[in-house]
Amino acid sequence: MAKRIELNVNGTRHTIEAEPEMPLLYALRDDLGMQNPRFGCGLAQCGACTVLINGEPTRSCITPVDGIAGKTVTTLAGIGSPAKPHKVQAAFIEEQVPQCGYCLNGWIMTTVALLEKNSRPNDAQIREALAGLKCRCGTHASILRAVKRAAQA
Amino acid sequence: MTIHLDRRQALASAGALVVSVALPGVAPAATRASRLPLKPDQLATYISVNADGSATAWIGKVDMGQGTDVGWTIMVAEELDLAPDRVSIVQGHTDVTINQGGASGSTGIWKGGTALRNAAAEARRVLIEMASERLRVPADRMTVANGVISDKSNAAKKVSYGELIGGQHFDVTLEWNKQFGNDLAITGKGKPKSPVDYKLLGKGGVRRRDVPPKVLGTLDYMVDVKVPGMLHGRMIRPPIAGAVPTAIDEDSVRDIPGVKVVWKQGFIGVVAPREWDAIRASERLKITWSDAKPPFPNQAAIYEHIRKADVVHRDVEQTVGDVDAVFAKATRVVEQTYEWPFQSHAGMAPACGVADVRNGEATIWSGTQKPHYAAQGVARMLNLPLDKVKCVAMTGPGSYGRNDAGDATMDAAVLSQAVGKPVRVQGMRFEGHGWDPKAPASVHVARAALDQDGKVIAWQFETKGFSKRDLFTNEGDPAHTLAGQLLGVPLKHTAIFGAPGESYVFDTKRKASETIAPLLDRGSPLRTSHMRDPGGPQTTFAVESFMDELALATNTDPVEFRLRYLKDARDIGVIKAAAEKANWKPHVGARKQLVGDVLVGQGIGYATRAGTRVAIVADVEVNRTTGKVWARRFVVAHDCGQIIAPDLLRQCIEANVVQSASRALWEEVKFDSHRVTSVDWQTYPILDMTEAPETIEIVLINHPERTPTGAGEGATRPTAGAIANAIFDATGVRLRQAPFTPDRLKGGLA
Repeated sequence: MAKRIELNVNGTRHTIEAEPEMPLLYALRDDLGMQNPRFGCGLAQCGACTVLINGEPTRSCITPVDGIAGKTVTTLAGIGSPAKPHKVQAAFIEEQVPQCGYCLNGWIMTTVALLEKNSRPNDAQIREALAGLKCRCGTHASILRAVKRAAQA
Repeated sequence: MTIHLDRRQALASAGALVVSVALPGVAPAATRASRLPLKPDQLATYISVNADGSATAWIGKVDMGQGTDVGWTIMVAEELDLAPDRVSIVQGHTDVTINQGGASGSTGIWKGGTALRNAAAEARRVLIEMASERLRVPADRMTVANGVISDKSNAAKKVSYGELIGGQHFDVTLEWNKQFGNDLAITGKGKPKSPVDYKLLGKGGVRRRDVPPKVLGTLDYMVDVKVPGMLHGRMIRPPIAGAVPTAIDEDSVRDIPGVKVVWKQGFIGVVAPREWDAIRASERLKITWSDAKPPFPNQAAIYEHIRKADVVHRDVEQTVGDVDAVFAKATRVVEQTYEWPFQSHAGMAPACGVADVRNGEATIWSGTQKPHYAAQGVARMLNLPLDKVKCVAMTGPGSYGRNDAGDATMDAAVLSQAVGKPVRVQGMRFEGHGWDPKAPASVHVARAALDQDGKVIAWQFETKGFSKRDLFTNEGDPAHTLAGQLLGVPLKHTAIFGAPGESYVFDTKRKASETIAPLLDRGSPLRTSHMRDPGGPQTTFAVESFMDELALATNTDPVEFRLRYLKDARDIGVIKAAAEKANWKPHVGARKQLVGDVLVGQGIGYATRAGTRVAIVADVEVNRTTGKVWARRFVVAHDCGQIIAPDLLRQCIEANVVQSASRALWEEVKFDSHRVTSVDWQTYPILDMTEAPETIEIVLINHPERTPTGAGEGATRPTAGAIANAIFDATGVRLRQAPFTPDRLKGGLA
């Protein structure tokens, strides 16, 4: 049965009516009308749906919407703006990273969280932190350059 | 409510026309009214000057994320002497561009860019002529800078592009070769600049416009299209490929709000106002399926199946001299067999499409590479005149050939027509992997005849495999979509494997390919279509592995051996450039060098593709215990003729190398007798960040005087061969079957 659920997304409170087991992804996209994050697999295998929940990168495609009451959700569009991009976004733009860019939520949000915990990660630590993400276009070399640039910023 | 489809049914008149829907991806000015008539021989079709003197180039091709549109911008800006930020590109939308084939065959710059360059050169000539008339200065005394034409000897005499024609259309006829699609070519009287006059082209530094909105999360992707009143749809595919529904139990989904089932023959889908409800309905709907015979052989027997299957088509791609006679008198014959599996496009997301089919018109939003053909296919399927079907080209989850985008578009169109409302369809992950068109599996037998001095006197290469084109390269006919096949339209398979040629020169030579019948001819999850460099990676893996085996058989260094059988200076040039940059040390056979705990090796692969030459040297590390390979370093020498944007070219090459390394090391579509069992990223692993190369060094060889021949696929071709040869150097194990997974290599290391 659908129930009322409160969401705090990018600093704004919303109330929606939804099945409690519905993944957060559909609440963000369909109830709140947001463009990102995106559906990639629905299985937490790729990262295209990644958001930050209380600062932790989380796969919204398998996270029931009912479980995030009282927590803060931040999306790719919420970490920076065209006028003031997040330093990770600025680095991804500087390195002209994406091809299709569909996967970017995962790479950028996971990097944001990585740099919060470890501001100067080495190559191996970066690769390990980003291991669970997919990029089908094969832009891995550009991504590594951008993450290293962001870590220097 | 179940809606039974009839393709010939009169279109429902339900629903008022939606007024002033903002179409994602289309600028307000880019309306059909302001662009008609679009004729292929009219300059206005390709170039327009805006009121502020900036220019817009219109192209019926699509950039899929490689920055091709930056290349077009540079080519047009160079000819018009405008700053690149004063040139905008409108691509793909069918109501404002002409059919130039979409993204296809690495022709974006080569053919699409060349057409725009010729159009821009003609526009410049016409503008100078107009200025000459207005200023009463002879045309040959005019100069152009930043869109302002002035008298060389009196700079005060000047007029801008905007003042001359801003906001109006050119009325200029071009020479047109009477072709549409990729082959459309146009020329005007205005000749493009000589390379010595370039200010912009080949220099780099022009930034992509799509990157900031992608990174900032503000770009509307295909999946973000929302049309008022839109329903969400999901298709339902059979548990045994080839089975069709015989009965459905609507009670099984009656408790889900607003669900409708759309069913005809093998086509079955659900729609609902909420996406999550459509997903739940597609999972819960009880369907009785026909008792289809499992269509596939055991996966392990696939290559045996190919070897034994009847040949339905044979091509001889290259033939020089009497190969058979030379083999008969050879001192020694070397023969080896190589095998390559089915592979999946496996886009970052299963495809999505939106269609609004009402009142005898259709608008479709698609992530397809080929919007004009998508519109044609939908028009044919729905029995609508082509001018009543509009396709809006949207950014999808990547595209490297004929993936599932066209199928999703057609599914949405059929559903929308059935329910009389706009419908958005997206697949689930298992459909993206399990039901997208595939690249074909193949077996390659290579033979060489050697004389007493170890010279190759005959070279024979026989491929046998599934067609690379069960479905045509575009979805312009319902027969080439899953929906069309499930709705029973007559099939139009093309039986062609088509092994691409290479440029080795032997005294006698034969390269041929044989095609076998598909395992299931209709609605198959193993139906094939073009995937980045159709036939290229598998054929080149076999050719380049065999060249190394011949080098060993003749006690020759692999680089030296290749150079013996190449004559073209550009072919030789890329191999020498790659070897030099990679610090290649001549050697014979496997060196099996142990560094620390890993075996290291170096290997070369080389290919030509439609004029583009690529040589790749791969350095690999092999874990002796697990058999896992890390392709640590690549050196790529790349010659694609004229270079337009070197910075973007480098990134395009890097991504080709990484993707093709992934295909070589990991990718194989698994299936059982009933269905494809590679249905997600666990069952169809691709290369991840821990396995990404440490360095990809690129040597660009530029020929400004030559045609740019494309970079979208060339660097995909030689990668697998380079890696296989490096693995051999490291371990002494010759892998003749892709992918080079740890299990496969571990067996050889034991």
